[in-house]
Amino acid sequence: MEIPYNHEARPDTGLYNAKVGVWLFLASEVMLFGALFSAYILLRVGADPGTWPHGLLNIPIGTFNTAVLITSSVTVVLGWAALQMGNFGAYRKYQAVTILCALGFLGIKSFEYKDKFGHYEVWLKEPVTVKHGDKEVKTDRLLGHIDYNGAHPYFWKTETLAAKKVESFKFAPDPYHYTMSMKEMAHAKKVAAGHKHEEIEIKSSQVKRLSAFVPAHSTFFAIYFTLTALHGLHVLGGALVIAYIWGPGAKLWKTNPVQYTNRVEISGLFWHFVDLVWIFLFPVIYLL
Amino acid sequence: MSAAHSSAEIKKHIRTYWIIFFALLVGTVITVWLNYLHFDSVALTVGIALFVASIKAFLVAGFFMHLMSEKKAIYMMLAVTIFFFAAMMYLFVWSRGQLPRGGEYIPSKYVPHPAPIGAY
Repeated sequence: MEIPYNHEARPDTGLYNAKVGVWLFLASEVMLFGALFSAYILLRVGADPGTWPHGLLNIPIGTFNTAVLITSSVTVVLGWAALQMGNFGAYRKYQAVTILCALGFLGIKSFEYKDKFGHYEVWLKEPVTVKHGDKEVKTDRLLGHIDYNGAHPYFWKTETLAAKKVESFKFAPDPYHYTMSMKEMAHAKKVAAGHKHEEIEIKSSQVKRLSAFVPAHSTFFAIYFTLTALHGLHVLGGALVIAYIWGPGAKLWKTNPVQYTNRVEISGLFWHFVDLVWIFLFPVIYLL
Repeated sequence: MSAAHSSAEIKKHIRTYWIIFFALLVGTVITVWLNYLHFDSVALTVGIALFVASIKAFLVAGFFMHLMSEKKAIYMMLAVTIFFFAAMMYLFVWSRGQLPRGGEYIPSKYVPHPAPIGAY
């Protein structure tokens, strides 16, 4: 038995089945991301003044990734428009750009994640004096990178020091700390520019807590990784569907061009939604 | 999509898509640029960022997802979604109002809070 309206529009609603389906799905996605966004908002406004991290994320890379996703969104819709005019060749080219953009986005995001997994905060039992540019500062909390026997390890935590029998390690502190305001941080970075990062030796017995920038570091990184990883999975899923329709699924164009164009439209709607989520994610997580 | 769309009409749409593409890029640049200006008011910073994001979202949903010219059934579905989304957000805000303020944050003995310029 043939399913009615699987590519022809139903006369009363003017819609074919998949279009209703994808909008219902997107409605449920709005609730999913909405719930996580509200979790972020509560954590953000609930944080004591000066404790919410600023400037730990790479804004230029985030901006570039936003542009990549916007580009992929316009190529999706241009590809679909090309199909409507019967221009299969142009559609192929536009969607190839979309798929490349999706892979580019995921590649850049992976690079960002890797960078975070090797970036540390260390809480000390006794304060140390670190030199930054022209200033000497006494502090018991440091952000920076670990240098252990010439290597920069990933995912270390407090327990790693005992497990690996690390007696001491070298630590290159960043010129800023996230409890600074954006203004103060910009100034600190400017002052530190051109100066060599002076490494300090930290004894493991002095370490109260050590954490890489992983979800366990803080509520900020917990919600950052939750939101961006969920979004990343959506990018991956969308890219797989678009690539399937573009590649092996393209046979349908010859037998049923209307249904094929519909498939491109539906996968495009999902893709625009993923773009839409990022439009809010980027300023909220990277900038605010 | 229906065959009612003529080639000329689609070409007009393509022009719109490109304009929106550039508008989205400009919106992104504005958001980041404003952020580097460092307003003193947090409310203003958040307000502007969300305002620009909303405009961008409107452009994507309205034109790329063709919600500007969609069928009535879709609008009805989305109206229900917006209602429940707003209700969920309201619930969270309301629940926050029920919580005691202040936390267990203990500031560092050695570092003034918030940290001064050049600290760390």
